[in-house]
Amino acid sequence: MSLELIGGRILAPYFGSGIYVWGSIITIFMVSLSIGYLSGGRLSVKDPTFAKFGTIFIVGGSLLIPITFLANPVMDFIFLRVEDPRYGSLIASTFLFAIPTIILGMISPYSVRLLVEKVEQSGSVAGTLYFFSTLGSALGTLLTSFYFVLWFEVNSIILVLTSSLVFLGMFSLYLNANSKSHFTGENE
Amino acid sequence: MVSPAKERIGILHEERSLYTRILVHKVNDLLCMKFTLVRSDSNQSCKDLSAPKRLVFAYARMTMTALLFNRHPQNILIVGLGGGTLPEAFFQLLDNAKIDTVEIDPAVIKVAKEYFLFEDNERKRVIAQDARVFIKRAILQSTEYDLVILDAFNGDYIPEHLMTKEFLLEVQKVLSRDGVLVANTFGTSKLYDYESNTYQDVFGSFINYKRPETGNRLIIVPQAKLDFEEREPIDAAELIQTARELEGKMSELEVPIVRYARELPRKMASKPDWDQNTEIITDQFSPVNLLRRQSRD
Repeated sequence: MSLELIGGRILAPYFGSGIYVWGSIITIFMVSLSIGYLSGGRLSVKDPTFAKFGTIFIVGGSLLIPITFLANPVMDFIFLRVEDPRYGSLIASTFLFAIPTIILGMISPYSVRLLVEKVEQSGSVAGTLYFFSTLGSALGTLLTSFYFVLWFEVNSIILVLTSSLVFLGMFSLYLNANSKSHFTGENE
Repeated sequence: MVSPAKERIGILHEERSLYTRILVHKVNDLLCMKFTLVRSDSNQSCKDLSAPKRLVFAYARMTMTALLFNRHPQNILIVGLGGGTLPEAFFQLLDNAKIDTVEIDPAVIKVAKEYFLFEDNERKRVIAQDARVFIKRAILQSTEYDLVILDAFNGDYIPEHLMTKEFLLEVQKVLSRDGVLVANTFGTSKLYDYESNTYQDVFGSFINYKRPETGNRLIIVPQAKLDFEEREPIDAAELIQTARELEGKMSELEVPIVRYARELPRKMASKPDWDQNTEIITDQFSPVNLLRRQSRD
C-alpha cells in the first residue's frame, strides 16, 4: 500500500494528478497481486521452507530498487510514445510496479501454507493472516500518506521499504537455519 | 440547473466534480465561483455583472503588469481557468494574441461557459488537461509562449506537482526569449518560504509583488528563460512609458497600471522577505500539504 501511494507521486510529473492516474495504479496493483497470490499458492505446494519464504521477501524488496533510478527514464520513454495520459500512466505503472508487486503478492498464500499444520486450523490461520496483512496495509497507507511523503524523499521511502523487506527475509532465513520456530504476521 | 438568471440572489449552481466542489453564487451583481474542497472558503473567480470587464480581484489586476515587461505577447498560456477572467481580459486587451488556457477539471470549463459566459474560439482556446502533462507535450512540440500565468488552485492550494523545481524548469522551457512568467501564490503559510526559495533556485531572482489589499503574492519573472545575469535591467522610466500606452485600455478593467508601474521598481530592488534557509520543493520532496497548515513565525 505504501508503494501504491508513492506510485501516485512518481507518476504525477509525467501523467498529472488526474483520477485516471490512481485508476491505473490501483488496477496494476490488483492485477499483480492476484497473479502473485496464484503463483505464491502454487509455489507453496512443493516442499515449502522458511528459506524459500525469506527469499520471496528479499527478491520482492530488491526489485523495488530499480524504481528509484529507472522511473524517470522509463516514464520519459513512455511519455514520448503514448499521447493519452490514461494509457501512459497504465503502461508506466505496469513497467514500474507489476513485477515487485507480483512477487510480494506471493507472500500471503505462502505464509498460509507455512503456518497451517492441520486442515481444521486453515480457516483460523488464514483469518489471522488476513488480519495482520490488511491491518499492516492500513498502517502503511496511513504512515506513508500522512507523514512519510512529507518528511522524506520518495526514493528514501522506497529504500526503507526495501530494507524492511530484506530484513524480514533475512529473519526468515535465520528461522530456517534454526529449523522449527514460531512465525508471526507480516504485511505487504 | 438554471441558466444565468439576472434577478436571483444566492446559490445558482452547485456541483461535485472529479476534483472539487464547485459553487456558483451571486450577491447583488457579483457572480462568483468557489471551490470548497476542504475548509477554504475563498472565491476562485468573480465577475461583476454590472461591469463585466472589471477585474474584481486585486491579484488579477496585478497580473496585468506582465504586459509592462512584454508589451505584445503573441502566445499566452494560462494554467487554471476559473471563471475565465484572465483569458478574457487578455483577449480584450490584445488583438492578435493567441491564448491557451489549461484546466484539468471539465466541470469547471462547463461552469465557466454556462455561468461566466466564457467562450472558446480560435484565439482563446481552453484545453481540459493536467498542466504538467500539457507543458511537457508543449516542450516536445517546441511551442513557445511569451507569457505564462500560473493560476491553478484546487479548493486548498496549488496542486503539489505544479510547485516543484522540476515543473518550473519545464515552464522555463516553454517560454520564449522575452517570455514573462507570472505565478499567483499566497503569502500566509510556511509554504511561502519554501515556495520563494524554489522560485529563486530556478530563476535567480523575481519580482515579489504584494499589495496591502490582498493576501495573494505574485511572483513575476521578466525574461524568465534567460539566466539571471543575462536579463536586461528594468528601466523604471520605460515601465511608466509603457503603462501610459496601456492606460486607456486598462481603465475599462479598472487596472491602475500607471500606479503599479511606479511601485514595481521598488519591489524588484527589495530584499527577500522570507526565510532563505529552507529546502526547496522537488518532485522527490514536497511537504506541501503540511506546510500549508503551518503559519509563518
